[in-house]
Amino acid sequence: MSDLADPNTGQIRWRDLTLRIKRYDPEKDREPHWQEFKIQAHPMDRVLDVLMKVKWEQDDSIALRKSCAHGICGSDAMRINGQNNLACKLLVQNVKGKTITVEPILGLPVIKDLIVDMKPFFDHYKAVMPFLVNDDPAPTTERLQTPEQRARFDDTTKCILCACCTTACPPFWGNREYVGPAAIVNAHRFIFDSRDQGAGERLDILNDSEGIWRCRTVFNCTSACPRGIQVTQAISEVKRALITGVVDIPEEAEVLS
Amino acid sequence: MSTPTYHRFESIIVGSGGAGLMAALHSSKEVGTAVVSKLYPTRSHTGAAAGGIAAALSNIEDDSWENHAYDTIKGGDFVVDQTPVEILCREAVECIYDLEHMGLPFDRTPDGRISQRRFGGHTRPVPGNPSKREPVMRACHAADRTGHMILQTLYQQCIKQGVQFFDEYHMLDLIMVDGECRGIVAIEIATGRLHVFHAKSVLLATGGFGRMFKVTSNAYALTGDGPAIAYRHGIPLEDMEFYQFHPTGIYRLGILLTEGCRGDGGIMFNGKGERFMETYAPNMKELASRDVCSRSIYQEVQAGRGVNGKDFVYLDIRPETINRFKSSPLHKDGKDVDEHFIESRLSESLELSRTYLGIDPLKEPMPIQPTAHYAMGGTPTDFETRVLRNAAGEVVPGLYAAGESACVSVHGANRLGTNSLVDLVVFGRRAGKAMAQYAKSQDFREIPTDADAPTRKQIDTALAKPRTEPWIRIREELQTVMMDDCGVYRNTEGLARARKKVAELKSRYESTGIQDKGTVFNTGLLEYLELGCLIDLAAATVASAESRKESRGAHSREDFPDRDDVNHFNHTFAMRDGDTGVRIENRPVDVVYIEKDGQKVPKYPLEVRKY
Repeated sequence: MSDLADPNTGQIRWRDLTLRIKRYDPEKDREPHWQEFKIQAHPMDRVLDVLMKVKWEQDDSIALRKSCAHGICGSDAMRINGQNNLACKLLVQNVKGKTITVEPILGLPVIKDLIVDMKPFFDHYKAVMPFLVNDDPAPTTERLQTPEQRARFDDTTKCILCACCTTACPPFWGNREYVGPAAIVNAHRFIFDSRDQGAGERLDILNDSEGIWRCRTVFNCTSACPRGIQVTQAISEVKRALITGVVDIPEEAEVLS
Repeated sequence: MSTPTYHRFESIIVGSGGAGLMAALHSSKEVGTAVVSKLYPTRSHTGAAAGGIAAALSNIEDDSWENHAYDTIKGGDFVVDQTPVEILCREAVECIYDLEHMGLPFDRTPDGRISQRRFGGHTRPVPGNPSKREPVMRACHAADRTGHMILQTLYQQCIKQGVQFFDEYHMLDLIMVDGECRGIVAIEIATGRLHVFHAKSVLLATGGFGRMFKVTSNAYALTGDGPAIAYRHGIPLEDMEFYQFHPTGIYRLGILLTEGCRGDGGIMFNGKGERFMETYAPNMKELASRDVCSRSIYQEVQAGRGVNGKDFVYLDIRPETINRFKSSPLHKDGKDVDEHFIESRLSESLELSRTYLGIDPLKEPMPIQPTAHYAMGGTPTDFETRVLRNAAGEVVPGLYAAGESACVSVHGANRLGTNSLVDLVVFGRRAGKAMAQYAKSQDFREIPTDADAPTRKQIDTALAKPRTEPWIRIREELQTVMMDDCGVYRNTEGLARARKKVAELKSRYESTGIQDKGTVFNTGLLEYLELGCLIDLAAATVASAESRKESRGAHSREDFPDRDDVNHFNHTFAMRDGDTGVRIENRPVDVVYIEKDGQKVPKYPLEVRKY
C-alpha cells in the first residue's frame, strides 16, 4: 500500500497541479519573476509538501523557511493564492483550482524567493516589552492566579510570531514603522496577565504615533492568523484600556487571598 | 568568500530550544555569551512539545520527587544513571517555580496553583497499599501547548536580559585543539559568509535527529548536527540504539498527538474494536510507557488487527468513550467529561486532527501509528553537562551538551513523557552555570588562523561536485531502511542489511552534489550537509543496535527478546573508527546505594518491568 493511499479505500487520488512561485535571487535577478512547475500531489498533502517535492525533485535552489511542518513553529508563512497562511497548515484539497500560487509575505524586504527579512518584524515585537514585569520578591512556590485570570489572556498566548497577521495588514504595508498586530497581540498577552506590573509602560509605548492607533480595524489580521487568535479583538481591548485607563482583569477570588 | 568574520565570546551556545535558552539565561548573567542557531529561536522544536512537564509539586495529589525518580528509572528499563535522575527529579520542582516566576502561563487549579495531569509511566504507591502503584497527576501543563509556552517564556526572558543572538547561523564545525574545544565555525545563512566564534566554553544544544526515520514527529531541522559534528572529532555517541517511537503519531504524517490525550482518558482500539492495551499492560493500560504502547500497536498490526487490516489503530477521545470506560481522572470524583472539557485540555490535538486528517475527534476516533520521536542517546555528558571523551568518563575541556542532543543519561532505554522538558530546563540551567564557571576560570586559548579551513573545503567540495543523483533520494532511502530495519523491532539480518545500506548511501552521498551554487540562503547546500550528519548518526545507531543483544526499553530485538542484565546492564559508547567504521565500548550504569540493615544495597533494585 502506498503511503499516499486513502486509509479507507487504499486508492491513490493524485491531483495534477501547477505550482507558481515568485522567484527572486539577488545574485542573479534584477526583478522578481514567476516560475511554474508541474507536479502531482495528493489531496491530503500540505502546500509545504508540494513545495518541498518541487524543490527536491526539480530545483533545489528554491528558497523557503520551514521547520516543524505542523503549524507550531511559524517558519513558513507565505502568501498562498493571495492569502497569508502557513504552507504547512493548508492542504491541497482546500486549495481551489489547479494552480497554487505562492509568493513571499508582503511588507518586509525580500531576501530570496519566499524568504523575507524578519528583522523589522522582530524589532517591533521586542519594542513592546514582551516579557513578564514583576519586581516583587518571588514567593518560594508559584504566584497564585485564578483560572478566570489565566483565561483572560489565553488567546494571545497562542501567538507563534509567524508574521501572517502583520504582513496582511494594509496600514503596515503602507508604513513599516507601524508596530503591527503581532506586537500588539504580544503586548496584550502581558497587559492582561494578573501577575504583570508593566501594563502602564506598554500602553505608553503603544500610544506612540507609530503605535496602536494606526490600526484601521480591517480584520485582515484575524482572518490571516493560522492560530485562530482573535487579533482584532485583542487590539480593541488594548485600545479600550488606553481610552478608559482601565485594564480589565478578573478580580482575585477570595480563595487566593 | 575568503576571510571569515571573527567573534570572541566567553560562552557560545549552539541551538536555541529549551536547553539552549535556559543555558543562555544563566551563562549570560556571568560571562559574555552568544546563542548561535540555525533557526529563529521561537522556531525551535521545544515549541512542539504538548502535554506537560513533570514535577512532584503535589498540587492535586500527594507525590514526591522520589516517586518521580523511581518512575524515571523504571521507565528507562534501569540503564539510567541514577545520580543525574535524582538531580533531575529534585531540581524539576524549583525549575517549575522558576518558569512560573518568569511568566509561564500554566493552567491553574481552582485555588490558583499550577494544574497537573496524568501522563504515561508516572505513578505513586497506592495510598494504604504501597506495594501497588497507580497513575499520579504530576505533569504541569499549559493546555496542550506546554512546550510552546516554555519556548516563548524563555525567549521573552532572553530579550529582557539582552542575550545576544546570531539567528540563522548554522554551525558546521567545532574548533578542537589539543583535545579541547575552543569555539565553533558557522555559516551565516543569509550571506553564505563563514564566521569563527572563538570561545572558552561551547554548549551543544542542537536537539534530536528524528529525520533519520521515515515517519517522525520531528521538525525538518532535527538532523543532529551537534552530536554528528562532535562524533567526527572523535567524541563518542552514547546509547544510540535507544530511540523512542511515540505510539500516537497521526497516521502517515507522524505528527504527534499528545500523550495528554491518554492522560485525560483517551482509549486505543484495534480494528476489531478491542481495547488491546488491557492485554499488554493490564494495570496501566494506555498509560503504560511509550515503548510498551508502540510495541503493542505493532503487534496488533502484525496480527492483522489493524483497522481495516491496515497498519494503524484508533485513538478515541470522544467523551462518550471516555465516560463508558471511566478512564478520566475526573471519574475519581464521580464526574463525567464533556466536549468542553476535552476542548479546553486538548485543543491543539483537536486542531491537528481537524486540519491534517479532516476528522473531528469529538465525533470520530483518530487513526494513529507509532512515530519516531525522541533520541534517548546522544553526546555523552556527566551531570555537570561536561562532554565525555570516552567510556572511562574523561571530559573534553570546554565542551558541554544538554537537551535531546545530549545523553546524561536520565532517560536510559526509554524516556517517560514530559521528562524531555524537565531535562531541558534542569540540565540547560546546569549547563549555563557550569560553562560560565569554567569560562571565568580560563583564559582564551589560541586557535589556528585558518580555523575555518576544513569547513571552507567541505562547502567548496559540495558546490564543485556534479549532481550525479538527487540527494533527496539518498535521504529517502536512509529514512526507509532505518524505519524498516532499525525501528520498533530489530533483528540480526535487518541490522546487517541496514549497516550495508547506510555504508552504500554514504558513498553515494559523497559522490553527488547540489544544484544551487549561490551564497544567499543556499538551503539546498544546508540540507545536503544536514543529510551528511544523519548518515553518520545512522551508522552509529545501527552499530549500537547490533552490539546490544538483548531487548530493553525502546530497543527490541526479535532474536533476543529478553532483557539481559548480566551482559548488558551498561551504556553503549559508539566511537568513530576510520571514515566509516564504528567501534563499541561500554560504560557501567551509575547506581545509587543506600544503607540497609548495615549493608550497602542499591536504592533502586533491578526488577521486572511491567505496567
